[in-house]
Amino acid sequence: MERTIRGKVAVVGVGETAYYKRGEAPDPEFKLALKAIIAACEDAQISPKSVDGFASFSNDRSDPSRLANALGCDDLRFSNMQWGGGGGGGSGAVANAAAAIATGMAECVVVFRALAQGQFGRFGQGPRSNVISGTGAFTVPFGLMSPAQSFAMKVNRFMHDHGVNQEALRAISLASYHHAQANPRAVMHGRPLTEEKYDDSRWIVEPFHLFDCCQENDGAAAMVLVPAERAKDFPHKPTYILSAVSGSHYRAGASVHNTPDYATSTFKTTVPRLYDMAELGPEDVDVAQIYENFTGGVLMSVVEHKFCEAGECNEFFTKDNLIAPNGRLPINTSGGNLAECYMHGLELNIEAVRQLRGESTSQVPDPNVSLVASGPMVTPVSSSIYGTEATL
Amino acid sequence: MSYLNPGLPQPAPARDGLDEPYWKAAREEKLVLQRCKDCGTYQWGPEWTCHNCCSENLTFEEIPPYGEIFSYERVWHPVHPALAEQGPYIIVLVELPGRNGARMVGNLLGDPRQDVEIGARVKAVFEHHTGDQGSYTLVQWIVDKN
Repeated sequence: MERTIRGKVAVVGVGETAYYKRGEAPDPEFKLALKAIIAACEDAQISPKSVDGFASFSNDRSDPSRLANALGCDDLRFSNMQWGGGGGGGSGAVANAAAAIATGMAECVVVFRALAQGQFGRFGQGPRSNVISGTGAFTVPFGLMSPAQSFAMKVNRFMHDHGVNQEALRAISLASYHHAQANPRAVMHGRPLTEEKYDDSRWIVEPFHLFDCCQENDGAAAMVLVPAERAKDFPHKPTYILSAVSGSHYRAGASVHNTPDYATSTFKTTVPRLYDMAELGPEDVDVAQIYENFTGGVLMSVVEHKFCEAGECNEFFTKDNLIAPNGRLPINTSGGNLAECYMHGLELNIEAVRQLRGESTSQVPDPNVSLVASGPMVTPVSSSIYGTEATL
Repeated sequence: MSYLNPGLPQPAPARDGLDEPYWKAAREEKLVLQRCKDCGTYQWGPEWTCHNCCSENLTFEEIPPYGEIFSYERVWHPVHPALAEQGPYIIVLVELPGRNGARMVGNLLGDPRQDVEIGARVKAVFEHHTGDQGSYTLVQWIVDKN
């Protein structure tokens, strides 16, 4: 028996709350989660009561049993957390939900992420304790304590090894901000970015300027997944999951920056499985959403998803190549984590679906295959590929 | 004198005892690295088992205090109040040659605006601190021009 989720599960509803700057959400995090789930169910025109599973990632605080209670769900069958921090689980949660449906464990699973940093504290800040022990004792006293600082070390080595210029990172940021100007949901809507503004922005940690770093936001996002055979019972054009995988390479989790293959977005071992399950290759991908914690992670993710060679980055990463409708590889067409909202990348999965429905605010012409890369440089990472009916 | 301004969390050995020999050796200006007594593999950071052969028979072995810059970064934005007036500073990832690729993190002493060369040879400098939670030593690095 062939073991795959290819074509067995469809996304029939997507939704989100309004997206806010960090600390500006009028609602607590759990209420944001409820609102996003209700919005996704409205999009699918189903009652939230019929949801029988919840999948999330990054230690989301909105407990599935409380969600099921609040929404009056009739029969909770699947409650799942993808381990690992950051946005590495964005597509992993989709994979887990899809696996549950494909194997008959559940019928209608919501993948969600809710985040109110104003309520629960920020990412990107160092610890405030007097003493640190464990692996942090080997980095924090040297002033290495934020995600930007952890990842710049990898990106510097990658750029050194392959002669990548700062302009490649700038192009990634310009593309996200460009797309956000067309997207009214985007927190950076109405705040365009120019080359000059990027160049003049302060360093956070070299090679990251301010605009190479994701936002910090409040909000929630959700998707509704059902068996593929039910996909046409819903109002929108069906979007099928062709592949979703997660993982990381040998000793990716080695502490104190000791992973043997260091200058990587962590996708080298997962991407072959991603394309194998989808039964297609990078040349078939029409549009991609590539998680930006920092632009340098996008750079390595695009290389490791086989869209260009490491030695070609300076030619490949230009704004024109990265924007819809006609770039070589339009990426982050909603504005992504940099300029739409840092919803830990779940907004990227929603945008991948909207592209295939023809509903993006920066639409690529008639796409059939839409890819998402979730959470570069962390472990585990994950990726997903969505397709229209034509790809089945 | 310390490279970074005072006030960052100070390191303490883990309560489970895993890394205590490292911190004790640093106080004595010795650089030690975890090594498997069965298969000889070095590893860092410390772990309860050898990643190569799963043996629990591990030790901390003194090694020469030299390495090579594997990567580095110059930090500008302070993410801790203690660093608010710091200005830029350099963090280096130092590979310890001939030790199965083991690496350590420290600061690169000297001008924080200096050009940094990946591959440059560096020497360990033991930076002693008297903290309000006890004394400790940080292993820092300086370019070795010899």
